[in-house]
Amino acid sequence: MSRLDVKKTYKLYVGGKFPRSESGRSYPAVGGDGEVLARMARASRKDLRDAVRVARSALDGWAGATGYNRGQVLYRVAETLEDRKDTFVEQLTMTGANRQAARREVAAGIDRMVWYAGWADKFVQILGNLNPVAGPFFNISVPEPTGVVGIVAPEAPALLGLISRLAPVLVPGNTTVVLASERHPMPAITLAEALHSSDVPPGVVNILTGRKDELIGVLADHMDVNAVDAGGAAGDQLTRIQQGAVHNVKRVVTMNGPTQSPYLIAAFTETKTVWHPKGL
Amino acid sequence: MSRSLPTTSHRPLLWEYARSTESTEIVDIEESYGLFIDGEFRKPKSGRTFPTINPATEERLSTVAEAGEADIDDAVAAARAAFDGVWGSMSGAERAKHLFRLARMVQERSRELAVLETLDGGKPIKESRDVDIPLVAAHFFYHAGWADKLDYLFPGMRPRALGVAGQVIPWNFPLLMLAWKVAPAMAAGNTVVLKPAETTPLTALAFASIAVEAGLPPGVLNVVTGAGATGAAVVGHPDVDKVAFTGSTAVGKVIQDRLAGSGKRLTLELGGKAAHVIFEDAPIDQAIEGVINGIFFNQGHVCCAGSRLLVEESIHDRFVDKLKRRLSTLRVGDPMDKNTDVGAINSREQLEKITELVDSGVSEGAEMFQPDCALPERGFFFRPTLFTGVSQSHRIAQEEIFGPVLAILTFRTPEEAVEKANNTPYGLSAGVWTTKGSRILWMADRMKAGVVWANTYNKFDPTSPFGGYKESGFGREGGRHGLLGYLDWSEG
Repeated sequence: MSRLDVKKTYKLYVGGKFPRSESGRSYPAVGGDGEVLARMARASRKDLRDAVRVARSALDGWAGATGYNRGQVLYRVAETLEDRKDTFVEQLTMTGANRQAARREVAAGIDRMVWYAGWADKFVQILGNLNPVAGPFFNISVPEPTGVVGIVAPEAPALLGLISRLAPVLVPGNTTVVLASERHPMPAITLAEALHSSDVPPGVVNILTGRKDELIGVLADHMDVNAVDAGGAAGDQLTRIQQGAVHNVKRVVTMNGPTQSPYLIAAFTETKTVWHPKGL
Repeated sequence: MSRSLPTTSHRPLLWEYARSTESTEIVDIEESYGLFIDGEFRKPKSGRTFPTINPATEERLSTVAEAGEADIDDAVAAARAAFDGVWGSMSGAERAKHLFRLARMVQERSRELAVLETLDGGKPIKESRDVDIPLVAAHFFYHAGWADKLDYLFPGMRPRALGVAGQVIPWNFPLLMLAWKVAPAMAAGNTVVLKPAETTPLTALAFASIAVEAGLPPGVLNVVTGAGATGAAVVGHPDVDKVAFTGSTAVGKVIQDRLAGSGKRLTLELGGKAAHVIFEDAPIDQAIEGVINGIFFNQGHVCCAGSRLLVEESIHDRFVDKLKRRLSTLRVGDPMDKNTDVGAINSREQLEKITELVDSGVSEGAEMFQPDCALPERGFFFRPTLFTGVSQSHRIAQEEIFGPVLAILTFRTPEEAVEKANNTPYGLSAGVWTTKGSRILWMADRMKAGVVWANTYNKFDPTSPFGGYKESGFGREGGRHGLLGYLDWSEG
């Protein structure tokens, strides 16, 4: 007698928990052949607001951690991703990628996480400096995390795209609410499981699946979101984000040229300059 | 006009000043000015002009052209041609020499520029002479040296100029804001269309004449005078690649909205409501001077003014008493008098705004103190003002007044000080006074502000990045970081 598979229920990732959408809605994730792979939670506007709230409350802890500590946590993420390599390859293959390309994407994603992990205790040295002011003052500029960052993840590549946008946001100590690839959302939730089993504190990364067009406006308008990574937004979505950003002067990051760069980390920081007199 | 020292009901007259008036002979203000486009002064196609007045006397100084859309088209076309032609292909070393030369010529004409700045804007001559104009020269000198060293700005970066920068600047530091905008833009290889504020166009026009004299290639710098509609035409022009704005958060938001979906690069340096935190162990007399400078420098027309004073409760009464005494020694009046500490409010409109907010402070229940000083009969003036008994919900504790008005609140613990300091949508600057080094760094880490002055206030330098968190805008001006706003800084 054949054994019945135990299928996974895909849910959201908010505040270190895996809730269903409060709306009780779901939508189908469709494979390369058009078959329904799974039903994904379809996040509501309230789910998004809840996610922003927990991201805000997680901010002080994550931003206040040392670079060394954040680097170790992000490296630990790479370790847990490595563990799930086969699962990711499987999921990417189901969505139409050939197996070899899927393997390459997963490997590149893990390696990219390692690359960014190594920046956590260094980027300040690249982006900050003493300023030689013309007077008896100590004057230093340092990058600080911008705050709560909304990430509109690229539709594809579903895993590498997400890791490429997520890692530079996390390195300097931001917390985030991610709108996952709408077409291929499964790897994002598997990534959430990897994050959950690493040492990323609850609320630092929150991942929502659903209809981007339903959620992007709420994210863009939200008064407690400091920046939006629009690297994965389509043209009209980008305009909507830039319009919403006006309410609280959000930073909208559109830079999508470099695949990995310390200057993508820089895009999610604020430069703080501190002056102090020298004297007896 | 000779006046005695302002006195207050509870403070005696301390000493008498002899009047010491700066001469206006050095400036030669023309009857009217055209627009500076493609290296020459032109009559506006719009056919419109507007007067610029001396806010200390309300007398007309000159009549200035108002650029309309056709004029902006011409200015942007000139800037584009200069970028595509001479400036974009010039070596960094040659661009550097142009900027060095401008710096030198500003120094040579510093007295003239200082007098002109004070006449047109109302700030005390000692500030335009000792702060504004020297910093203008310093900004050009500092950025000049970057023009041929851009590859060394940030490791691995291959910076490229963006093209035409449209820049809109405010009236509080007219020529200094020009320098903050123009020097990095040109050093990075961009060409510029600059719109000065409508109440303070004269020093920008004087700078344009310096550019001609310095042999700056036509079209690299274009100065288009006008009001809000002119500024809107500059930032909205389809052939402008980069917009830089300094001004109010309300206008900044309008510009951000206007640029949504345009693909233009944008930096915004907007309003502030800085907390100035005084701990019990602060060097009190120095802190008093810092607080006075923090809020009364340039009549409080400073986006980073220390307008919310947070005093540790244990020293509140003593500190406020000293502050009132110091306030009473400030000399308010003729900006051209070298003794003057607080000059003219920049415009009638601004005076009305300050008055309205101060009235709200009184009606919301805060206690107002003003020294009992005489003000000139003509011109726009406002007494240095402080409010005690202010609560966080009062408008004077929430809104940017942009005038010589200080709101005083108290705190009991460092945590409470941080909480209150950050309780604002703004995040431009902050100040902290304490003798405990570890506490300075602890506070500096936690205050959400782009510039933190510890045991000092209102210090500026071209090497030092300036700009805000949150609704105070994004991007930095000055230092390495300021140049990023004028470069395509992707790698490769």
